[in-house]
Amino acid sequence: MTKIDLQINGKLVSFEGEPRTHLGDFLRETLNLTGTHLGCEHGVCGACTVEINGAPARTCIQFAASCAGYEIRTIEDFGDDEVMMQLRDAFSKEHALQCGFCTPGMLITARDIVLRLPELTRPEDEERIRNELSGNLCRCTGYQGIVQAIQSVLQLRAMKVKNDH
Amino acid sequence: MKSAPFTLSTPVNLEEAITSFKEGKVYSKLIAGSQSLGPMLNLRLSQPDNLISLRNLPELREVTDVGDGIFIGAGITHAEIEDKKILDPSSGLMASVAANIAYRAVRNFGTIGGSLAHADPAADWVNLMQLLDAKFVIVGPNGKREVASNDFMQAAFTTCIKEDEILLGLKIRKLSGKAKFAYFKFCRKVGEFAEAIGAVLLDSELGIKRAIIGATAGTPFLIKNIDAVMNGDSEAMNEALIEAGCHDEYEYQMHKTALERALIKVAL
Repeated sequence: MTKIDLQINGKLVSFEGEPRTHLGDFLRETLNLTGTHLGCEHGVCGACTVEINGAPARTCIQFAASCAGYEIRTIEDFGDDEVMMQLRDAFSKEHALQCGFCTPGMLITARDIVLRLPELTRPEDEERIRNELSGNLCRCTGYQGIVQAIQSVLQLRAMKVKNDH
Repeated sequence: MKSAPFTLSTPVNLEEAITSFKEGKVYSKLIAGSQSLGPMLNLRLSQPDNLISLRNLPELREVTDVGDGIFIGAGITHAEIEDKKILDPSSGLMASVAANIAYRAVRNFGTIGGSLAHADPAADWVNLMQLLDAKFVIVGPNGKREVASNDFMQAAFTTCIKEDEILLGLKIRKLSGKAKFAYFKFCRKVGEFAEAIGAVLLDSELGIKRAIIGATAGTPFLIKNIDAVMNGDSEAMNEALIEAGCHDEYEYQMHKTALERALIKVAL
C-alpha cells in the first residue's frame, strides 16, 4: 500500500492503494469521476486523456502512486471553462460525436490544440489539426465533424482577438 | 489490462536512487515518464517486483552547455524538446523529430532517457542519437562512465546499461551553421512506431558525414560506405541494406526508400 496526496479538480485528495492502480481507475472507481473513459488501457486510444499539470496526458499508463503533488483536471472540471464551452457548442453543431465514448478525451486534446496552436486558422491547417488529433481514436464520426468543430473554434477565437484590437 | 503487482520506490535524488538498487534482491526496473514501460506493464509483457521512479530526480533534469556540446538530462521530455524549451545542439533537428514521436499526450510525459533505455529499434531517439553520434552518460555505484553511440544499444530492447546503473543523460556535439540533415520515417498511422527510418547528417565544417538505416530488427545501422551510397552507387546501397538486416523483400524496399528519400531531401 502506498499513500500520496494530489490535487484533483481543485481539491486536495489522498490516494491510498496498490502502486499498480493506474490513475484512470483511481479517478473512476474511487472518486466516481466517470467522465474519464477507459478504452485500450495501453496508451493508444486517448479516451482516458485528462490534464495533468496543465498538459494533456493519458491516465491509463500513469500510476496514481507516482502522481504525488500533481494537479489534475478531469472533464468534470471544465464546466464553465470558456474554451471548453465554445468546443462543446461546436461539437454539437458539427456532429462531432455519436456514441460519445471518445468525447472527454477528444475535448481535452481539442482544448490543448486551440490554446497551444491558435495560429491554425487557415483551411490548409487541417492536416496539422488532424496530426495533432491522431492520438485520439473515434470509431463513429470519421473525424470530419471533430476537425470542423476545432477549426470553427480556432476561427471564432481568432476573430475575437482581431475585434478586440 | 492491469499491471501485475509491484512495489514502488520513489527516491528524491540520484544518490538515493543508486542505493535503492542494493536494497533487497528483487527484480527492479526503472521508470520515468511511464509512456513505454506503462503499456508494457499493463500488457504484462514486463512484470518486475519493484519499480524505481526516477521522476523526482533533479539530476536528470539538467541541461548544460559543455563547450563544444550540450548535455541533456535523461529526464527531459519529448514535448520540452519539441517546444524548444532547452538548449539545442542540433539546429532544430531534435525538435522536428520530437514533434513526431507518438502523440502530444505521450510527449508531455515521455522522456528522452526513458525512450533510449527502453531501446525499441523503431523509436526515434535511439536512431537519432546514433546519427548525431551522441555520448551516453551512465552513472552507477562506481561513478560515471561515457559510452559511444555505437556501443549503447546492443540489440532490440537491450542496452549496455547494467542492472545497478542509470542513464544520466547525453552529450551531443553542437552542429555548425553549415549542417544539413534529413530524417525520414514511414508510419502507417501518424504517431505509431516507424516501419522504416532513413536519416542523413552532413556538416562540412565539422567533417561529419553520417547516415543511418533505422527501425530494423536490431540496432540502428550506421552506413559505412557513406560516400559511395551518397554518390548513388546501387551496389553500395544494396550492401548497406543487407548488412543492416533487411533480408525480407518488404523490409528491404521500405528501408531503401526511406533512406533514398532522406538522401534526396538532404541534397536539395
